Amino acid sequence: MSSQPVVSVRTYALVFASLLFLTALTTTVAFVDLGKGMHEMAALTIAVCKAVLVILYFMHVRYSDRLTWVFVGAGFFWLLILIGGTMDDVLTRPQLSPSTASVPAQAYPR
Amino acid sequence: MSKVEAFRQHHFEDVEQQHEASWLGMWVFLATEVMFFGGMFACYFVYRHWYLQAFASASNHLDVLLGGINTAVLICSSFTMALAVHSAETARRKPLIAFLLLTIVLGLLFLGIKFYEYHTKFEEHLVPGSSFRFEASLARPAEIFFSFYFAMTGMHAVHMIIGIGLLTALIFKARRGRFSAAYHTPVELTGLYWHFVDIVWIFLFPLLYLVGRHL
Amino acid sequence: MNLSEIERREHYLNVNYGIRSWLFTTDHKRIAWLYLLSVTLFFFIGGLFATLMRIELMTPQGDLVQAETYNKLFTMHGVTMIFFFLVPSIPAVLGNFLVPMMIGARDLAFPRLNLASWYIFIIGGAFTLMAAAAGGVDTGWTFYTPYSSIYSNTHVVLTVVGVFITGFSSILTGLNFIVTIHKMRAPGMTWFRLPLFIWAHYATSIIFVLGTPVIAITLLLVGLERIFRLGIFDPALGGDPVLFQHLFWFYSHPAVYIMVLPAMGVVSELIACFSRKRIFGYSVVAFASLGIAVIGFLVWGHHMFVSGQSVHAGMVFSFLSMVVAIPSAIKVFNWTATLYKGSISYDAPMLYALGFIGLFTIGGLTGLFLATLGINVHVHDTYFVVAHFHYIMVGGAVMGYLGGIHFWWPKMTGRTYPEIWARLAALIIFIGFNLTFFPQFVLGYLGMPRRYHVYPPEFQVLNVMSTAGASILAVGYLLPLLYLVWSLRYGAVAGANPWRARGLEWQTPSPPPTENFERTPIVTEGAYAYEKDPEEIYSLGKPAHV
Repeated sequence: MSSQPVVSVRTYALVFASLLFLTALTTTVAFVDLGKGMHEMAALTIAVCKAVLVILYFMHVRYSDRLTWVFVGAGFFWLLILIGGTMDDVLTRPQLSPSTASVPAQAYPR
Repeated sequence: MSKVEAFRQHHFEDVEQQHEASWLGMWVFLATEVMFFGGMFACYFVYRHWYLQAFASASNHLDVLLGGINTAVLICSSFTMALAVHSAETARRKPLIAFLLLTIVLGLLFLGIKFYEYHTKFEEHLVPGSSFRFEASLARPAEIFFSFYFAMTGMHAVHMIIGIGLLTALIFKARRGRFSAAYHTPVELTGLYWHFVDIVWIFLFPLLYLVGRHL
Repeated sequence: MNLSEIERREHYLNVNYGIRSWLFTTDHKRIAWLYLLSVTLFFFIGGLFATLMRIELMTPQGDLVQAETYNKLFTMHGVTMIFFFLVPSIPAVLGNFLVPMMIGARDLAFPRLNLASWYIFIIGGAFTLMAAAAGGVDTGWTFYTPYSSIYSNTHVVLTVVGVFITGFSSILTGLNFIVTIHKMRAPGMTWFRLPLFIWAHYATSIIFVLGTPVIAITLLLVGLERIFRLGIFDPALGGDPVLFQHLFWFYSHPAVYIMVLPAMGVVSELIACFSRKRIFGYSVVAFASLGIAVIGFLVWGHHMFVSGQSVHAGMVFSFLSMVVAIPSAIKVFNWTATLYKGSISYDAPMLYALGFIGLFTIGGLTGLFLATLGINVHVHDTYFVVAHFHYIMVGGAVMGYLGGIHFWWPKMTGRTYPEIWARLAALIIFIGFNLTFFPQFVLGYLGMPRRYHVYPPEFQVLNVMSTAGASILAVGYLLPLLYLVWSLRYGAVAGANPWRARGLEWQTPSPPPTENFERTPIVTEGAYAYEKDPEEIYSLGKPAHV
């Protein structure tokens, strides 16, 4: 947007450093036992933080108009609809996974 | 006609409208890309839920060091891309070209490391298909994991290659003096694209390389 | 205005001659014509496949074609009609032509992307036709795995590549419309003064942009699975075919709203003009379009009730499918209320609009039967489903398309079509359509499965009725092809506003100049101001700044 201010090099450098730090963090945390189901949560949380930093500062969304925010949000929100609807089915099925269902693997020759 | 006016296309009232339209258009396109990659992420989450043990075991066969280095390389390239846009905004042609070149070099470095990784996976018989070999009880879901690994990183690599092509075109235009503080829309839009490709990798790295590393 | 005056005045058709001026045009109006010719070709190709199917189905035995061939026919009929006719028809033909004009702009935001979208459409179509010529594909247009990804021996990859490529044509069109409507409205053209045709196309574009990429990646994964033996949907590896269906229907359900929302937009324009009244509840209808687009993304599992999807998911999707019917019903109520005490005339476009309202209502109500879990178990994969979607797609979307083509034909060509033939054709289409598809509701309810080329002898009478209806329908579709082409040369010359309609597109000559408006319009009134004279509504601003 030409009406946006020019973002300073210092801001970019701070974001850059934060991104590298968060990368190191997510890698380190992966090797530590956090308890059941927490790894996915931790990894996704850190990834989301990194993505938000890139979007707000590198992609200038912090300084953009509301219409831009709507389209940024819409993309991710729609993805959540896809994941949510599919996982609703997957999580409420009676069997644990397709491969524990009754048909043996030999029934499908590869 | 001012220098900026020369870039106004005939169907727009003024340069401001043209710039706003281009900016919005790029974001709409990026929303489509979110849904495009998102389809693969949705499938990934389903199978990770069902086959966590196999996914963890398969993920441990990926090289965390190379993956981590590649992540850092891409983050650096986003930084240089942001600096390129900054140079265009402040009408400094030589730094603009330098940062675009640096971004390309980092992108090529990423691709080089990636293809080296693909090569080692091939040697280790981890490419899905008839040559796939894995520990027997987890082999079948592990093959699904590697199908995702190749499909998702492969599609990401295709987008990187396109991005490098766009950056190259930008360098040619910049050298001819096409960009100024008032008009540098192609640089901005390519920047948005490049940052988006970086964001995809920001999610791919932990979801592919860091599953079950604590085991 | 006489013919020689028309011929002397420069407009978008005569400003340049020769094939290059058409193949390299960036004028949205010419691109609309490129699409018109392409989708008409695909319509008749898809119709040819349907004709062969209906001839086979006249007898209970398989005598015209083998089972495998029949499978290819219904697949190619579905792929051609959906991806190459219904999805592009109204948006890429009428939308491309009218969106800039209705908002007072000189072109879409990205004219070169517009041309690119047509070329992409043609390339995708070429791949698909090549697949058909090479022997076709037999998976059904739904490409369910693992048959499509592993076991089918037909040209799946070629076909999915064609559909994948064409998807980008949709995405670019939607992107163009969204940016154009946001950024290029004329002075005074606020959101709530926009014609409902524009609201409908905006809502459709949301679906284009957010839905199409998902089918793109899904078909790409099927192709990769076939070529590289990746194992994403392979049950032998623990893959889940139902997962494919989730991804497939995430786009393909909203796709049906891509097909019907633009037709609803056309119907709003037609009902207003031929009742000489404002649309009742304008803003409600506008929000209903958006509502259909958004809620339409939440219901895809209603195609999967008996697939192995969980009962819980089935209940959620069933409930949401009831909810999505509400904005559609609201539109039907509002159109009806518009007709009430209106000054109705029965020109051909109005016949199509009225036909739409009736047939869409039947199609929509039968959709509710299908959304009901208990009923769905019995009628899933029967002719009941086939009848339901043809009532919406053919009785709805195609009638809306034909009504729009007739209504805006004078604007696009500067000629009027022969009204008597047009009304006759509309009537023939209406009768032929109902004779073709109503018996199919009965057949489905009685248990005849879809996608079978043989059936028990007790179903023959209804099948023969259906085929007879199809032959009448075919005549009905051929008539407009003939008289519209005839009118290009021999039709009466049309003025700027032969229907005395409101709307910016009627404030400029027929055919319009390349820049659409000689002076940028200034809008001071909402859409459908039929109680006022056009001269009271529009003023013209500065000369168009070229």
